[in-house]
Amino acid sequence: MQIARDILLHSYRSMRTIREFEERLHTEFATGEIPGFVHLYCGEEASAVGVCAHLGESDTIASTHRGHGHCIAKGVDVEGMMAEIYGRSTGVCRGKGGSMHIADLARGMLGANGIVGGGPPLICGAALSHKLLKTDGVAVAFYGDGASNEGTTLESLNLASVWKLPAVFVCEDNGYGEATGASYACAGTQKDRAAGFGMPYFECDGSDFFAVYETAGEAIAHARSGKGPVMLHVHLARWYGHFEGDAMSYRASDEVAQARKDHDCLSAFRTRTTGAGLLEGASLDDIDSAVRTRIEAAVQAAKAAPLPEQEDLMRDVYVSY
Amino acid sequence: MSKKSFRQAINEALRQEMRRDPRVILMGEDVAGGQGGSSGVTDAWGGVLGVTKGLYTEFGPERVLDTPITEASYIGAAAGAAATGLRPVAELMFVDFVGCCLDQIMNQAAKFRYMFGGKARTPLVIRAMYGAGFNAAAQHSQALYPIFTHIPGLKVVVPSSPYEAKGLLIEAIRDDDPVIFLENKVMYDDEEEVPDEAYTIPFGEANLTREGNDVTLVAFGRMVGFANEAADRLAKDGISCTVIDPRTTSPLDSATILDCVADTGRLVIVDESSPRCNMATDVAALVAEEAFDALKAPIRRVTPPHTPVPFATVLEKLYLPDVGRIEAAVRSVMGYKARQEA
Amino acid sequence: MSVITPITMPKFGLAMTEGKLAGWSVAPGSTVSAGQEIADIETSKITNGYESPASGVLRRQVAAEGETLPVGALIGVLAEGGTSDAEIDAFIEQFQSAFSDSDTQGDADAAPARPVLVDVDGLSLQVQDMGQGNGLPVLLIHGFGGDLTNWLLNQDVLAAQRRVIAFDLPGHGGSTKQVGDGTPAALAAITARLLETLGIARAHVVGHSLGGAIALELARTHPDRVASLGLIAPAGLGPDINMAFIEGFITADRRKTLEPVLALLVNDPSLITRNMVEGIIRFKRLDGARQGLETIAAACFPNGQQKDALRDVLASFSGPVQVIWGEADQILSPAAAQGLPASIPVTLLPQTGHMPQMEKATQVNDLLVSVLHDTP
Repeated sequence: MQIARDILLHSYRSMRTIREFEERLHTEFATGEIPGFVHLYCGEEASAVGVCAHLGESDTIASTHRGHGHCIAKGVDVEGMMAEIYGRSTGVCRGKGGSMHIADLARGMLGANGIVGGGPPLICGAALSHKLLKTDGVAVAFYGDGASNEGTTLESLNLASVWKLPAVFVCEDNGYGEATGASYACAGTQKDRAAGFGMPYFECDGSDFFAVYETAGEAIAHARSGKGPVMLHVHLARWYGHFEGDAMSYRASDEVAQARKDHDCLSAFRTRTTGAGLLEGASLDDIDSAVRTRIEAAVQAAKAAPLPEQEDLMRDVYVSY
Repeated sequence: MSKKSFRQAINEALRQEMRRDPRVILMGEDVAGGQGGSSGVTDAWGGVLGVTKGLYTEFGPERVLDTPITEASYIGAAAGAAATGLRPVAELMFVDFVGCCLDQIMNQAAKFRYMFGGKARTPLVIRAMYGAGFNAAAQHSQALYPIFTHIPGLKVVVPSSPYEAKGLLIEAIRDDDPVIFLENKVMYDDEEEVPDEAYTIPFGEANLTREGNDVTLVAFGRMVGFANEAADRLAKDGISCTVIDPRTTSPLDSATILDCVADTGRLVIVDESSPRCNMATDVAALVAEEAFDALKAPIRRVTPPHTPVPFATVLEKLYLPDVGRIEAAVRSVMGYKARQEA
Repeated sequence: MSVITPITMPKFGLAMTEGKLAGWSVAPGSTVSAGQEIADIETSKITNGYESPASGVLRRQVAAEGETLPVGALIGVLAEGGTSDAEIDAFIEQFQSAFSDSDTQGDADAAPARPVLVDVDGLSLQVQDMGQGNGLPVLLIHGFGGDLTNWLLNQDVLAAQRRVIAFDLPGHGGSTKQVGDGTPAALAAITARLLETLGIARAHVVGHSLGGAIALELARTHPDRVASLGLIAPAGLGPDINMAFIEGFITADRRKTLEPVLALLVNDPSLITRNMVEGIIRFKRLDGARQGLETIAAACFPNGQQKDALRDVLASFSGPVQVIWGEADQILSPAAAQGLPASIPVTLLPQTGHMPQMEKATQVNDLLVSVLHDTP
């Protein structure tokens, strides 16, 4: 499969931005300056980026509590995200949502979501909008292996099939729902679940951008063509705990190290593109350094940004009341 | 203008708004009915009590969507559709079923706008039946409007008559916030004059159905009719009552309640919902805090007991507030004598 | 046997089926004379003083203040001073049992003529058509923001020997919200077409406020159809108009904002009942009502003044004309009635606002009826 150079560069930049964003948050969170809690997406970047590479601004996604990667891949303003996580009035949600509620409807980002399994029903609605308003758009629900067991998700797989919606259910399977393994919590297989709803099933290795890109392309094209919803099962590894501060005592001591070594989507991408002569190492180095600078600036800007004002407390509960 | 039932008034509001705005769609369990049945009949039910009858025939399967019996997915879908350009009216059938989809209402639709820093609009209406009186027992009879009233981001409408229902539902559909619209199932055959044209009744403006000097009655939904009846009986004995129908529990027209209590000095609240943390306690707290000096007697609340809604007719009758209990409450506040300081 | 007179809930207008005793003006035991105002009765539209039908002592207040009772129900008892309490009690008991019997027998004959929708050139107009007889029909044209119920205290008196047509102007009440260009000329044109549709070749035309200007337009364009003109606080005779009322009426969308605007209409604001406000709010809530009013206001009162000068119509109109105006009118000043042809009687009513046909219904009815009888 040939992928245009600009798409490759853009995808690498997105993945690197997510990685840098999350690694930096990991460091900053430890300083105690970031309020609340954050859930990091490190190690899973190729999933968000490989899927969103096939989406335009008018397509819709819904994300999870581990949503930074999806937001960045869908084009949400990185500086605004950082400010939001710092609880600043310059944040994309004016400091009122925080890490778990970053949203930008103008960019088709229906929100990260603090409720496990919150996204799939919403995506049925977004897909219904695309269908009835004839936008040619698709709606994509990212959800984890944990959420795959939620009634909301299973109901949504059914509803999307019954209504034949242009919906894509992306199950990001990182093997853990919080501190409980998917091998314990998920009965049967995702594949059989898709089959149970008469839904085409696709799966891929989420640490391989090219695999995600190719499989997601096929899955999304199916949904966009009006043939109904699909499931895309992406196998991933989570590099950090469920949330920052999680000691991960439920994981074997070398599990994460192994994942970082063998399943790093960024190094795999570099090896493949430079090895095949698709991209030059220098171009990737340039992106790495530009991203590092950008994230540094975003952190400094967020720290310096104004806090919300007292009147923000009462603002935007309703359109009118 | 013609006599219309509560059911017809709601059907007409839906029909007129669907004609006016192609983004308005309807979804719910058996809002048409008959899909996939062996007879091939569509629009078999038009809602479990026939409220949406005929809309499928006029607007077709794209805009009148029967759902599987999966409240979480379709109420969530309605929220998602509302945030992305449609104006869905989702029917939850019995409000008791909110137990299956509260997350989609409470954590999703209600909070989008605030959590997203004002960037979302969620023009969603959720219609549901509430209320006891049909021997429908504990899981099909509750008056759950306080639960929704408690949640910031939701607007909550409890119409008291066919005229009110039509105007408030059209307002709800045109509103850009999520609105919970609760219909008392016992009232569907109630009739009154209702304009044929579309009209809107603004939220947060109470209606005074009686004006009097002695006691202020605040009543919700079906209880407004009971309060009016009690007021008429009491007037024969020279006790004149103001009856306030707040129309919406969120927003609540506190100013009108406080004004009326300032005039009458006595307050009786009639609320069909369970007595703890209901609208009666909310209004009582408001008046105790803001109009304490105006009170000539303790506030009285007429509510059901703190029990599930019972099945047997005799028990259900005991459960529900009625005209007699309202009348007795008014007489008791009229007869109140403050204790003399020694 | 002493003379005992029942005081019963009066019927103000055909549509009235019940009334509320808003307040007693005299205490029990007081001596009252016939015609003296003894109580305020609140109807669905307006509060009216109720005049005692006889002289005597008010022995009982049967109805309590605030009580709503059907028309004909006993609200009080009047008797000579010497009548014993026992006689009064017996009278009340007998009246009440007879009244409740008649109550259950139904009162089909008392049903008011319900307004109906009449199609006029594809526009739907709400029309209340009542009365019959040999007299020339009367056409009643209400003013800006009004509706046919503005005439409820006049219709039945005028309808004694003739048809009386009251209707909602386009943009008002239950009529179409399409108002054309909104000018008096356009409204007069559809009014003329309404008369044709109803098969009325010629009528006495009574117009209130903007309805007065429409009546004048009708007399100008269809002089053959207008037998006489009764102009009550009419527009069209001068440029001045209280735009605070016009604009306030258009923009008020809640009871609390509308009430003070309506208070401008009357001399005594307590006449504005909750039901009256509610009725107007109900009309204003209808889709298109506000746009209709805005179009009419823009066409009739641009730049804060009345656009149409219709005085000259009176110079050429050959039928009888009379002008009735409240001295305390806050919307259109009675000063506009000065300088009319000497042949036109002008009656100025003291302590009366912009709604003489409601505030001083008896006097206005007498004035209108006198013209009806004098005209063939």
